[in-house]
Amino acid sequence: MFGSYEFDWSSIPGSLSFLGQGLMVSLEITALAIVAGIVWGTLLAMARLSSIKPLAWAAAGYVNLFRAIPLVMVLLWFFLIVPKFLESFLGLPPGSDVRLASAMIGFALFESAYYAEIIRAGIQSVPRGQLAAAHALGMSYPQAMLHVVLPQAFRNMVPLLLTQAIILFQDTSLVYVSALADFFGAAYKVGDRDGRLVELVLFAGAVYFVLCFAASQAVRHFQRRLQRA
Amino acid sequence: MITIDKVSKHYGSFQVLTDCSTHVNKGEVVVVCGPSGSGKSTLIKCVNGLEPFQDGQIHVNGTSVGAPKTNLSRLRSHVGMVFQHFELFPHMTIRDNLTLAQVKVLKRDKDEAAEKGLYFLDRVGLKAHAHKFPGQLSGGQQQRVAIARALAMDPICMLFDEPTSALDPEMINEVLDVMTELAQEGMTMMCVTHEMGFAKRVAHRVIFMDHGKIVEDDSKEAFFANPRSERAQQFLAKILQH
Repeated sequence: MFGSYEFDWSSIPGSLSFLGQGLMVSLEITALAIVAGIVWGTLLAMARLSSIKPLAWAAAGYVNLFRAIPLVMVLLWFFLIVPKFLESFLGLPPGSDVRLASAMIGFALFESAYYAEIIRAGIQSVPRGQLAAAHALGMSYPQAMLHVVLPQAFRNMVPLLLTQAIILFQDTSLVYVSALADFFGAAYKVGDRDGRLVELVLFAGAVYFVLCFAASQAVRHFQRRLQRA
Repeated sequence: MITIDKVSKHYGSFQVLTDCSTHVNKGEVVVVCGPSGSGKSTLIKCVNGLEPFQDGQIHVNGTSVGAPKTNLSRLRSHVGMVFQHFELFPHMTIRDNLTLAQVKVLKRDKDEAAEKGLYFLDRVGLKAHAHKFPGQLSGGQQQRVAIARALAMDPICMLFDEPTSALDPEMINEVLDVMTELAQEGMTMMCVTHEMGFAKRVAHRVIFMDHGKIVEDDSKEAFFANPRSERAQQFLAKILQH
């Protein structure tokens, strides 16, 4: 099938540190998007469940909008818009490299729509009597959410949140649209430079597979332990 | 202590409570009974504002529950409530269940709260279980912890919403014993319950509800000896057969 194509992996060993830096960028974006996504997603989920209708509608609109748009387009918008916005707002000199920041913001805003739905389901999985009991003890709504409802909700959602984190890590490869050297972007650049794209893209795929497969096995293991507890 | 004055509540066109009026004096134990769906749980939840109501007024210790400017959290912090399904916080130890609201709501310091919580845990006979999680206790034990949790807030009165309905029969008495002791100490109590033995022993007054209305509101002697409404007679006949 590959005909007379001869594989040549020799450009990989010398590029490992460059590829490693790319992997760090991917992990950085993933970590920030997870943290920001969960925080913003929690607020969105609470807004969506709120009895204040305009708040619930706004949150529902946000979630539905981002879930109906391909991620790659969101990233492209942010790549095109956010740098100009940051330049004028923070007074950065024109042409500053804010690609990483704009990719992170784009991811966080996009992923929070998915996290919001997971967290909303998590909040709804906590029996309503728990909120009533917290109220009956004199706790305010924020106190009841913070100390009683959310800790239980998050415990119920841990497997789903981790699974979403793995998907997010894979999705970070889409930042190549902003020519950012994340892991996939770095691999592509090396392959392009040495004329060994096939090898480098295969290698990148293998690394994604190993990391994500290992992580999902860890989640399954964790999930089984949680169920036994 | 508690005055309920012409309270009505509806969900859309469905009337849950109609023109309910009664009162509970300080130190009085009032049992609320009636067939399921009669509105008794809803009524008791209106007393601490867990359920909103559209018409009428409820005053607890002079504070209007329904008034928009009432600080409901403050009111609830000194009105104890015990639920049918215990509603202990499953992610916390018994000790933390007992102290959380004391610390967060009453702003007591942690040691003081723990001391108070453990005192009441001892009172309900469960001091040895402080380090456990609610899931490790039986239903009866969990309900006793829930009572201790409410008492640790130094409530001026206690509301019980079918506290023994979710319990296995052999655990009902351990909870009723705690409630009886509490009543004998002079706690003001409003109890929704089907336990007519408890009502006969402990209650001062019995309220009978049906279809969202208070049908009878009488001393326990008068209620058990001579229920006036046909509906209450039928209810008692069914319940007391067992």
